[in-house]
Amino acid sequence: MTGVAHNSGLDLEAGAGKVVVSLPTGLVRLFPGSPNEVEVEAGTVRDVIDALNEMWPGMRDRLIDSRPAIRKHLNIFVAGEKARLDTPLPSGARVIIMTAMSGG
Amino acid sequence: MATRILILVGTKKGAFILEGDEGRKKWSLRGPFCEAWPLNHVIADPETNAIFAAGGNEWFGPAVWKSGDLGETWTHSSEGLKYEEGEDPVKTAWSLSPGADCLYAGVEPAGLFRSEDGGETWTHIRGLRDHPSRPQWMAGGGGLNLHCIVRHPTDSNQLWVGMSAVGVFHTADGGKTWAPRNKGTRSDYAPEGQRYPELGQCVHSMALAAGTEERLYQQNHCGMYRTDDGGLNWESIEAGLPSTFGFPAATHPRDPDTLFLVPLNGDVLGRFVPDGKCAVWRTRDGGKTWQDLREGLPQDNAFLGVLRQAMATDNLESAGVYFGTSSGTVYVSADEGETWIEAATNLPTVTSIETLVVE
Repeated sequence: MTGVAHNSGLDLEAGAGKVVVSLPTGLVRLFPGSPNEVEVEAGTVRDVIDALNEMWPGMRDRLIDSRPAIRKHLNIFVAGEKARLDTPLPSGARVIIMTAMSGG
Repeated sequence: MATRILILVGTKKGAFILEGDEGRKKWSLRGPFCEAWPLNHVIADPETNAIFAAGGNEWFGPAVWKSGDLGETWTHSSEGLKYEEGEDPVKTAWSLSPGADCLYAGVEPAGLFRSEDGGETWTHIRGLRDHPSRPQWMAGGGGLNLHCIVRHPTDSNQLWVGMSAVGVFHTADGGKTWAPRNKGTRSDYAPEGQRYPELGQCVHSMALAAGTEERLYQQNHCGMYRTDDGGLNWESIEAGLPSTFGFPAATHPRDPDTLFLVPLNGDVLGRFVPDGKCAVWRTRDGGKTWQDLREGLPQDNAFLGVLRQAMATDNLESAGVYFGTSSGTVYVSADEGETWIEAATNLPTVTSIETLVVE
């Protein structure tokens, strides 16, 4: 097992599978009925965003821009590390979407 | 049903709606709407009474919000409001123009989109950004944005847009091709002898004169102008005004010779109303002469500004004039600028003012 998998206690052998996603309050408020935490099937961060967009149309545009990349003032953490769209997700991973310190 | 008059207020922290009584003397406030997002323009489609709000959030990107029930509930979308991969992404939506055929949205970085389904989905009008001058487009102080959209009143293929600091562009074929329309407008920031370029001017706002097809007024970073030929030639109308600088321009709903401006004290010393005394300036003769209108406006230590989309008129008899300030006050005149009252105070910085009369 890789160090990441060991440290996080994740099961890489299972491959793409269910992951738990935390959504920030500012995002949840934009999509009535969306929860703070949701379970989706995903092999990468991009899959997570696609799955969220399936459930709440338009959520993709709130999370990624047209470069395409995660929006500059958002962070997505997987196993405590900042992730990119192509970051792979072991089954059981916890994906945390957070707003960055921003504003005035 | 009684007539309802609404002021739609865009601010740096959400949309607000003021509703007035019959005399336009007492106003009640609702909001903030749109999750207190930074908004640049809130406007209604007078045919459907749908309200749209353009803006962008640092976290979640650009969006156009929509309310079909006069602000009670809102949805948002930016589907298609994007450039191709590799381009700088759309940061925020700046200006909207609703109409029978479509809803237009101007954005930052400067570009134009149209929606034919009431703001649910958007299509990029590529012709503008395909203009060969685009490598020369420079950002103004507020960014490189398309902040002004003026429709031709009878020909839906014709459109003027204002971009900072690029200038005015016009299309006669529905957006496929565009041409700059800046002849006669000045750029004080170019070397002597080069101050009337084909483009690169900092247009701040434009407004179409009522009942005309080709008379436009323009407030520029460097002067105030009028054109009577759709922007082929602009003529200065700044003589008699206290400065050459300001942001908004609002036309009268019926009289093509009447225009309202708020000149500021130039672009260096704070961009306040001159001498800390607030005035709206009105012409009744197409810009030949000007009157300063002050009754009810603060005349002592008023260090306020008015942004480019933050002034409007209504279409009632004895036209109402409205503006919102950088310090969060909304002023109303129910008598074409002669006297003023405060309709709201202590709002966030006001970015836009529009009106909606609901019969």
